[in-house]
Amino acid sequence: MTKHLISSADLSRAEVEDILETAASMHDLQRREVKKVPTLRGRTIINFFFEDSTRTRSSFEIAGKWMSADTINLSAKGSSTSKGESLRDTAMTVDAMAVDALVIRHNASGACHQVAQWVRCSVINAGDGTHEHPTQALLDAYTLRTRLGDLDGKHVVIVGDLTHSRVFRSNVITLKTLGARVTVVAPPTLMPSGIGAWSAADGFATSWDLDAVLDGDDTVDAVMMLRVQRERMSGGYFPTAREYTVGYGLTRDRLDRLVARNDDVLVLHPGPMNRGLEISPEAADAPQSVVLDQVSAGVAVRMAVLYHLLAGDDTPAPAVAATTPSSTHASPPATTATTEGAAR
Amino acid sequence: MSEGDISRALRRIGHEILERNKGSEGLVLLGIPSRGVPLARRLAACIEDVEGTEIPVGELDITLHRDDLRRHPVRTAHRSRIPATGIDDQVVVLVDDVLYSGRTIRAALDALSELGRPRAVRLAVLVDRGHRELPIRADHVGKNLPTSRDERVHVRVAELDGIDVVRISGGEGR
Repeated sequence: MTKHLISSADLSRAEVEDILETAASMHDLQRREVKKVPTLRGRTIINFFFEDSTRTRSSFEIAGKWMSADTINLSAKGSSTSKGESLRDTAMTVDAMAVDALVIRHNASGACHQVAQWVRCSVINAGDGTHEHPTQALLDAYTLRTRLGDLDGKHVVIVGDLTHSRVFRSNVITLKTLGARVTVVAPPTLMPSGIGAWSAADGFATSWDLDAVLDGDDTVDAVMMLRVQRERMSGGYFPTAREYTVGYGLTRDRLDRLVARNDDVLVLHPGPMNRGLEISPEAADAPQSVVLDQVSAGVAVRMAVLYHLLAGDDTPAPAVAATTPSSTHASPPATTATTEGAAR
Repeated sequence: MSEGDISRALRRIGHEILERNKGSEGLVLLGIPSRGVPLARRLAACIEDVEGTEIPVGELDITLHRDDLRRHPVRTAHRSRIPATGIDDQVVVLVDDVLYSGRTIRAALDALSELGRPRAVRLAVLVDRGHRELPIRADHVGKNLPTSRDERVHVRVAELDGIDVVRISGGEGR
């Protein structure tokens, strides 16, 4: 396992499967009376959120606490960032307090990658600009696997504002890692430029026509609706909200057609939902909807991620790996050996 | 130990557990992965043969409670399976293949305390090889194998390895 989780591409299939397996045991913990294990006792995790968030931040905080780590939340407002401190100084200040992990959400793509170059602690990407959101992709995969079993060959359709969606980018990678087939649908104005080369390289399909995909020969196993991100829209991407709904919303009619083809189809949405815009209330509350399962999986999956990044030996140790045949992966030699951990 | 030795040891342990518990009332067997799990199932089958009542069997994953997590690459945590009877006020018998330092059992006791409050916890192991590092002992032992620390004890069970055997290997490989 790598030291940081910046991109979904950091994880091999074996690593994703290990995390999801661990997440299942964490999910059991969630249903217990005593929701606490001593696994990360003495570790300190800082959640640094430069952008607003409800579920990601609270689930990271709960995840750390249930594993007995000390978690501290910082936001841009109320920290020295509002006094003009640079990201680098802020990151290095926090790192100097000998924390073990920094969970970062930032509005700039690549911010987490950049911070990882500066600090000794583990960096976990909780969403950076329009780049990636790897733990969201993991919890989506967890939710899908709980309902569908093995994702090999399953057909997942991702619909919405692809240009601004970090959820979509991470999901395409993780779903491909797990062997699922992905079709992404967006209006031409919200289709990222250059997606042709990417989709060809990574083997996913693109379309401008949602109805053609839903009614196509390839039965849909799950449809993931993305949020229309009003805060990232400076306008001009589509004429009116109503027109977006007609072309790309998961309306009651589209849901009925999906269910008629496949009764077990799943509806996902990373939240927060714009009901009536990208997803109709009927679809959001349908028995096929697993939106709340996604939230519930969020804590378990983030516990598993923290566990896999923080619980093990933090010095690269191929010698130890040889004596533990149960471990499926030795730390790759590429791991930056800058922190030999003596100070921790 | 050969296949026959292992099955005789398990049969004897089964009788010991029944004798100690004065019957099968309230017994729950929890295997510690990986090889404790098939051993627990077999032990339950032995007890069922004698008593004719079904014994609840589960598995207890202790990964999250280990004290050596920082010394090894990360291990994947698995799900614990606790029988529907629960463990509250039951007599829980932990089943593992080898008792060595006692640290695994310490972790298992911690994991148990989060799942409920058993009336009593007992420990059954196939092999006790000594070298305890904690004040822990087994209630039921298949075989005491005095070993040195640089030897390794290999337990193989048919369910996972296709063969039932216990072997000791010295310092230089198998």
